[in-house]
Amino acid sequence: MDNLFAFIVGSPLNIAFVLGVVLVTAAMLIWIERRVLGFLNERLGPNRVGPFGILQSIADVGKLITKEDWIPPFADKFTFVIAPIVVPVAMLLSFAVIPFAPGVGVMDLNIGLLWLMAMAGLAAYSAMLGGIASNNKFALLGGLRAAGQMISYEVFMGISMLGVVILSDSFNLREIVEAQQDGWFVFPQFVAFIVFVIAGLAETKRWPFDLAEGESEIISGFNTEYSGMKFGLFFVGEYIGMFLMAMLIPVLFFGGWLAPFGLEIGPPIISGLIWMGIKTSFWIFFFILVRAALVRPRYDQLMNYGWLVMLPVSLLNLLITGAVVLYQGS
Amino acid sequence: MFTAIGKQLYVIWSQVVTLWLVFTHIFKKPDTVEYPDVMPYMFPRWRGRIILSRDPDGEERCVACNLCAVACPVDCIALQKTEDENGRWYPEFFRINFSRCIMCGFCEEACPTHAIQLTPDFEMAEYVRQDMVWEKEDLLISGTGKYHDYNFYKIAGKAIGGKGKGEARNEAPPVDRRSLLP
Repeated sequence: MDNLFAFIVGSPLNIAFVLGVVLVTAAMLIWIERRVLGFLNERLGPNRVGPFGILQSIADVGKLITKEDWIPPFADKFTFVIAPIVVPVAMLLSFAVIPFAPGVGVMDLNIGLLWLMAMAGLAAYSAMLGGIASNNKFALLGGLRAAGQMISYEVFMGISMLGVVILSDSFNLREIVEAQQDGWFVFPQFVAFIVFVIAGLAETKRWPFDLAEGESEIISGFNTEYSGMKFGLFFVGEYIGMFLMAMLIPVLFFGGWLAPFGLEIGPPIISGLIWMGIKTSFWIFFFILVRAALVRPRYDQLMNYGWLVMLPVSLLNLLITGAVVLYQGS
Repeated sequence: MFTAIGKQLYVIWSQVVTLWLVFTHIFKKPDTVEYPDVMPYMFPRWRGRIILSRDPDGEERCVACNLCAVACPVDCIALQKTEDENGRWYPEFFRINFSRCIMCGFCEEACPTHAIQLTPDFEMAEYVRQDMVWEKEDLLISGTGKYHDYNFYKIAGKAIGGKGKGEARNEAPPVDRRSLLP
């Protein structure tokens, strides 16, 4: 156990660090999102609990835990209880393969991207099962929408990742980051990057692709019948998913922990963590900005857009990337 | 096909413009007034807590005519008329149930003597529901409210103790009709 407190991938210290960062960030995002949304709307946002309202998340969690945890009598009890657990678990497991900095991470899996796709697929079960088990029309509609949306957008997400995989010649996220030493993949893979961001928004069921919840249409979608901490789990799962996407975009397209223009700050681990933090914060801010600015499409528009625009574009991008790489290799 | 692509590109461009416009709002000053810390400016004609005012001589203005109680759409005003030794009318009790009151201001409009007036105060939350019922001694203020010079009995023609017929402001003495005979 000599590596107990060393920053080697998979050491207990590393696992504790990653878990701590993820859970604390997910909790803080509840406050950060509302505050930033407030500023974008020329409001102030929650600023009452603690300095600048920083303890708002704790107050929210306290409220959710002490609320009545009600299971409707007409619901399928077992599935109803299982469903909210799936999404945070799947999202937390996805973080196992995310490289935070050189030597910081839980797992150095050589099928990292496939693992991510598998976990994203699992997360779709949460909304589906929740929608079916609630035995409620609106929940069923929400679950149905969530299933269709997540499964179809996963297709383009996977295909847009493949361009990156071709360029870096690896499924391992750590190697993908190291392959961007000479240039970020956002430049050769710009189309894939756009597709990935849009698919990422749809995958985390975030605005403007929140049709699964669609407050103005189907009350709260798949979590209509959920209350208390069961709803809280859906809520936290969504924020962990947002954090995951905000880390995945830099890792795949913006050189992960690598410093741009050689602006290294201190030792590699510190510099990596700082740059990863900066890039992740930017994407978190971008997600919040999208929520504040864009409107929700109709469901048929969402599906049309996915299958008729995103799929051909991402396939074309994959074809051209493959052809260029083959040509250069010969 | 190219028009379709052009349309798609235009859609994407319009989304980017929207994102940028919303982003610029982050640099603007928030409009929020942090109310319990910062009192907002309340306009003098704001329709808030109801008071009963006095005339410039310090007497009650209310003549217990019941017009406010009639005008009140939620029936939150209750009063009983009585009379003092000078013949002035005044309410024996005057009760407003503020848990019913909707601050519509009809009572103020109905009042012939400017007695009942609405003020800019709105902070009247209570823990006990019965505390929302205000009696006359709670409603009556020592000032004249919004109309400083108005004094009903000095203007009205009604004779009361200390003021006979024709002694009111802008009033001529009563005419002896018999002296008008040709």
